Amino acid sequence: MRFRWLKTVGIGGRTLPCILAAFVVIGGAAVHAQEKSPPTADHTKFESLKGPFTSGPEVTRACLACHTEAAKQVMSSIHWKWDYTHPVTGETLGKRNVINAFCGNVASNEPRCTSCHAGYGWEDESFDFSDETRVDCLVCHDTTGDYVKFDVKAGHPLYEPLTRKGGHVYPDSLKQKSGGMTTYLPPDLAKVSQAVGEPGRANCGACHFYGGGGDGVKHGDLDSSLVSPPVEVDVHMSPDGADLTCTDCHTAHGHQWPGSRYLGTVRDDNRGKPGFRRRDVASCQSCHTSTPHSTASIEGLKLNDHTDRVACQTCHIPEFARGGVATKTWWDWSTAGKLKDGKPYAEEDEHGHHSYLSKKGHFVWEENVVPDYAFWNGVVDYSLLGEKIDPSGVVPVNKIYGSAEDPGSRIYPFKRMRGKQAYDRDNNNLVLTNVFGPETDTAFWTNFDWDKSISAAMAKTDVPYSGNYDFVETEMWWPTTHMVAPAKSALSCGDCHARDGRLSGLSGFYLPGRDLFKTTDRIGLSILVLSLVGILGHSSVRIVMSRRRKRT
Amino acid sequence: MAEKQYVKIFARFERFWHWTQALLVIVLLVTGARLHGLIGGFDWKAAFGVHLVAAGLIVLLWIFAIFWHFTTGEWVQYVPTFRNLVAVIRYYAYGIFLGEKHPAKPTVRRKHNPLQRLSYLFLKLIINPAIWITGILYLTIGSNGLPLDWVAWAHLVAAYAMAVFVVIHVYMATTGETVLSYLKAMITGYEWVVVEPEKKPGKR
Repeated sequence: MRFRWLKTVGIGGRTLPCILAAFVVIGGAAVHAQEKSPPTADHTKFESLKGPFTSGPEVTRACLACHTEAAKQVMSSIHWKWDYTHPVTGETLGKRNVINAFCGNVASNEPRCTSCHAGYGWEDESFDFSDETRVDCLVCHDTTGDYVKFDVKAGHPLYEPLTRKGGHVYPDSLKQKSGGMTTYLPPDLAKVSQAVGEPGRANCGACHFYGGGGDGVKHGDLDSSLVSPPVEVDVHMSPDGADLTCTDCHTAHGHQWPGSRYLGTVRDDNRGKPGFRRRDVASCQSCHTSTPHSTASIEGLKLNDHTDRVACQTCHIPEFARGGVATKTWWDWSTAGKLKDGKPYAEEDEHGHHSYLSKKGHFVWEENVVPDYAFWNGVVDYSLLGEKIDPSGVVPVNKIYGSAEDPGSRIYPFKRMRGKQAYDRDNNNLVLTNVFGPETDTAFWTNFDWDKSISAAMAKTDVPYSGNYDFVETEMWWPTTHMVAPAKSALSCGDCHARDGRLSGLSGFYLPGRDLFKTTDRIGLSILVLSLVGILGHSSVRIVMSRRRKRT
Repeated sequence: MAEKQYVKIFARFERFWHWTQALLVIVLLVTGARLHGLIGGFDWKAAFGVHLVAAGLIVLLWIFAIFWHFTTGEWVQYVPTFRNLVAVIRYYAYGIFLGEKHPAKPTVRRKHNPLQRLSYLFLKLIINPAIWITGILYLTIGSNGLPLDWVAWAHLVAAYAMAVFVVIHVYMATTGETVLSYLKAMITGYEWVVVEPEKKPGKR
């Protein structure tokens, strides 16, 4: 009994929750997520889940025997398809198609990248996207924490023990270390399948916290600190705060989730039915409305005046990567491939993060990062494979649309990922690279040969590769929306209403405290100065003349 | 001509009004300059709070002052007149240097010279309303639908006008018989003025 010491002073049982609840209500500080309704099925009682299971698809088959439509729903979602047609730009996006500023591309690197596919066995382009048994139910619905899609197995967990040098993300309870080697034990699939439930933060986080190849690498506002964050890091997800799970905001509807980074909901003035929670959108306003600050004070009213042009995130996420996990902000592939004594090597920065890896080049890692700010209307435009780039400047891997003149745009915080990536010098387009593949002779991480790596990856596409590659500086914009800080830690007026404040780089609008009216100020100050000069002259003459009069 | 007497020409309310207004205007100009970005040195949000409170107080004060002027009939002090105006201007531009006597003798019913009347009337009818109307529009920018930059600009222009008024007003306050005599009168309320006979109010 966790509160045994309270029993000794006569408090406990039902009293304790009541007292705690009273504190929550009286304190008013914490609004806890509604307790989930108890399930109507106890999965430990199902014969079909007794196992033993030898593979993930076997478990899926058992799930689908009852949940007949689940796989169809998952298969129509972006978690499965990794394919998305942008309704505004018409571009074909999704992980299968885009180039990013991290490991670059999925094609030719499948077994590594697809360890985060919501399925089993996407080894290469021959993967059967219509096979329902290949849907991975457990990665989202495991509640034991033992189920891990091993990071180089194309979405499969381990089915047999595997001994490696280490470095894989894996639960400690299933790891055995001896003699510098680590043995990774397979999860007990029957036990996992009997304990399925609604996804928690750790489920979504298993992939979304580790994007880009490691904890916190990609997003900056999503990392393992959010599994159980302090209130200061995230008021919504903290067990001491609202204790929300991802799906409390990204409300599922038939295994589809709102909250796209390709088409963001930047401005959400829609109102749902009174008393009903909207389930079609993952916006702050869907809970907090467009006038979230108290209208009983002028401060609240003035803050509410901002919400038409300033996204909630801009003030309420003062910095990202605040949970003690650094994020990558610079990745220079151009220096990759250097060897010492014929062997790849690593360098570390003062915080113990890799600053150089022969496999990947140079990195900069940062914590508590002040975002970049820009007007955004939700639309993101990618530099897709084959699109011409201008290598004389910084190449945008993606561009965000929006401006001060566009009423649908709001000022939004971003992580601006920068680095250097390979491109085709003759054809002027970014190229794909084959980096992963321990057994191939083309993978860069095995052979350290860019030409082979690019040729092999480009061969998977119908875009030609000239054989003449170089590296170009790139940038990529990542919207920042998680790690909402407590209100007391939000930005203050002067952070933006200042000559060189956070919004000094934005143009097209008047910002009090940042912008002078140059001509008017010049005229006004001139008149003031002239008045003072006139006063100085007038008073001087008065003094001189009165002295002269006194003398005579 | 009646004898000069040392009498109270500024009532207690008038003095309270004047000095409170002076303080509030200074506070508003300084915090306004901070909000506009002309000066630094203290927190923007704090400046906003102080600016808002001071603005609220000064509007309240103006409402009281308007009420006071109408109930006491003192508003007539600001009725413009051109009589003697040229002489007064000539005095400040020239005569003052020669030690001439001020052409306008203050009386109880005529506390202000013609130039003062005009400038105070301009302050009360143009600058003050401009500053608080634009200020209220600025405060309510979220609901009045006006373009922010226009309102901000108008408020700024009004503020410069106020600043110029303050500078010149402070200097003009030193042009009494001694440098401090006007200041003393504005503090104590008493000044040496001509007291007209009660029964001949029309004769000026």
